[in-house]
Amino acid sequence: MTETLIGTLKEFPDGDYRIIDIDGFEVGVFRRGTTFYAYENRCPHYGGPVCQGKILHRVEERLGDDQSSRGLRFAPEEHIICPWHGVEFDLKTGRHAGHSHYRLRAIPARVQADEVYLDLPG
Amino acid sequence: MPNASGGNGTKRTPRKMRDLPKIDRASDTRDVLAHAAKDAERLKDYFIIDIDAHVTELAFWDEITGLIDSDVYRHVAAEMRSRSAAIPALMNLQTGIAYQGMSGRIPHDDGPREPVTEKDVHPQVVMTRRAMDSMGIDYMVVFPTPMLQLGVHPQPEVEIELSHAYNRWMTEKILPQDTRMKGLVYLPFIDPEECEKAVKEFGNKPGVIGFTVCSTRYKPIHHNSYMRLYSMIQESGKPLAFHAGYHWGDPAMLQINRFIGMHALSFVQFNMLHVTNWVLNGMPERFPKLKTVWVESGLAWVAFLMQRLDSEYVMRSSEAPLLKRLPSDYIREMYFTTQPLETGNMKLTEAIFDAVNAETQVLYSSDWPHWDFNPPNSIADLPFLSEQKKRNILGLNSAKLFNIEIPKQKLAKKPEPVIR
Repeated sequence: MTETLIGTLKEFPDGDYRIIDIDGFEVGVFRRGTTFYAYENRCPHYGGPVCQGKILHRVEERLGDDQSSRGLRFAPEEHIICPWHGVEFDLKTGRHAGHSHYRLRAIPARVQADEVYLDLPG
Repeated sequence: MPNASGGNGTKRTPRKMRDLPKIDRASDTRDVLAHAAKDAERLKDYFIIDIDAHVTELAFWDEITGLIDSDVYRHVAAEMRSRSAAIPALMNLQTGIAYQGMSGRIPHDDGPREPVTEKDVHPQVVMTRRAMDSMGIDYMVVFPTPMLQLGVHPQPEVEIELSHAYNRWMTEKILPQDTRMKGLVYLPFIDPEECEKAVKEFGNKPGVIGFTVCSTRYKPIHHNSYMRLYSMIQESGKPLAFHAGYHWGDPAMLQINRFIGMHALSFVQFNMLHVTNWVLNGMPERFPKLKTVWVESGLAWVAFLMQRLDSEYVMRSSEAPLLKRLPSDYIREMYFTTQPLETGNMKLTEAIFDAVNAETQVLYSSDWPHWDFNPPNSIADLPFLSEQKKRNILGLNSAKLFNIEIPKQKLAKKPEPVIR
């Protein structure tokens, strides 16, 4: 792994995300407060540009005490959604909601002295 | 779990760094499919024919409805267009179609909004070229999108008028502009005589390589009124493709409350219905040289139907007296398109490919630009296929079936597929 400087903190607005091609390696960088999440920009489904898609909250179905449906709502968790086919991954874990084999390749990220670093392969 | 770094590796500053765009409805097809373009590099010596892609005809609805033959319906369409852009004139849009883009999750299926500045060719040609070039596709056969559901339109004359206008639009404005785009004549199946007229009028136009029935409908395809049509098509030597679709208004589908369930079943329902009628009524015996293609339901249903019909036919052959072989023997000689390919259980997928004789009978299709499209690596990455089978499915089978010339540079090393 190679620790790579990708910019300063202010270049990554809180609550937003950037997708960066770094010497040919594409990575999505998501900032939430002071925490950064980064994933390779390649969907395990068909190789789509997963990090270039939308962020939406996870959809949940609420149930009553008798197990009857009480409708659909957005849950607090955010999902990264591949724009090719809509495959969704939890922003904080990179995991698919219902397919244990599907997960995004996480790229270690950290902030040091207002600089953002990624541990990129190679 | 935040990504943590120990920071023990080598530190460096990138030599080259650039931001990639977020993808939305206005994104250029080439940006959306940039990853497919990278994958296409390793397939560049493959000959690839996409046998089922789509135009977005509603984006050009003014042009198409302007070609309606009837002055009355041309007037009706113009009036409807002037009153509401949101409801396409004369169309019977189904509930499901607005769900295709999954509420913004899949922008490329929410209608084209990408900029097209090229003035030398039609914008549809520009967008199709972008898709072909990005995915490394040599030829793309295009079908309509919402017009696939005209078979359940309450007004038969509207299917007749719109299909004629569409056939004119395709053969006059689209296909002549790029020989890499191919089309099939839309047959207004509601009226056999009108179908025959369409065969005569459009069947030999440049770029037309066959005929299609948009098979989301409730017309028995073995009805006697279609025999002259099938005879004409058989005589033409061009294939007849049945393109399935969904119909959420179908009484059975009305029980399903989620698009995913309706979509998963409804396409397959129509293909199963029509193949069943086609086989049990002995159509392959009546028209032995008529080649049929069954489009857009994946492949799993085919293996199911083969076994199901064989099991019942063995006991009830008196109800299908024209058959001289098992139903599966006839089905194995039909052609099927790949998308949306089922790969959740790869052993099962392999068995299905074997059952349907994929080496010669299966044709790659992308379904671009729809939400469940399959890029060419959906076939190229299948672990159980030999190199030759991949090449057959990706293009050589279709080249043989549709009589499409294979460029010399892509002929090297590839023996001809065996086609019955």
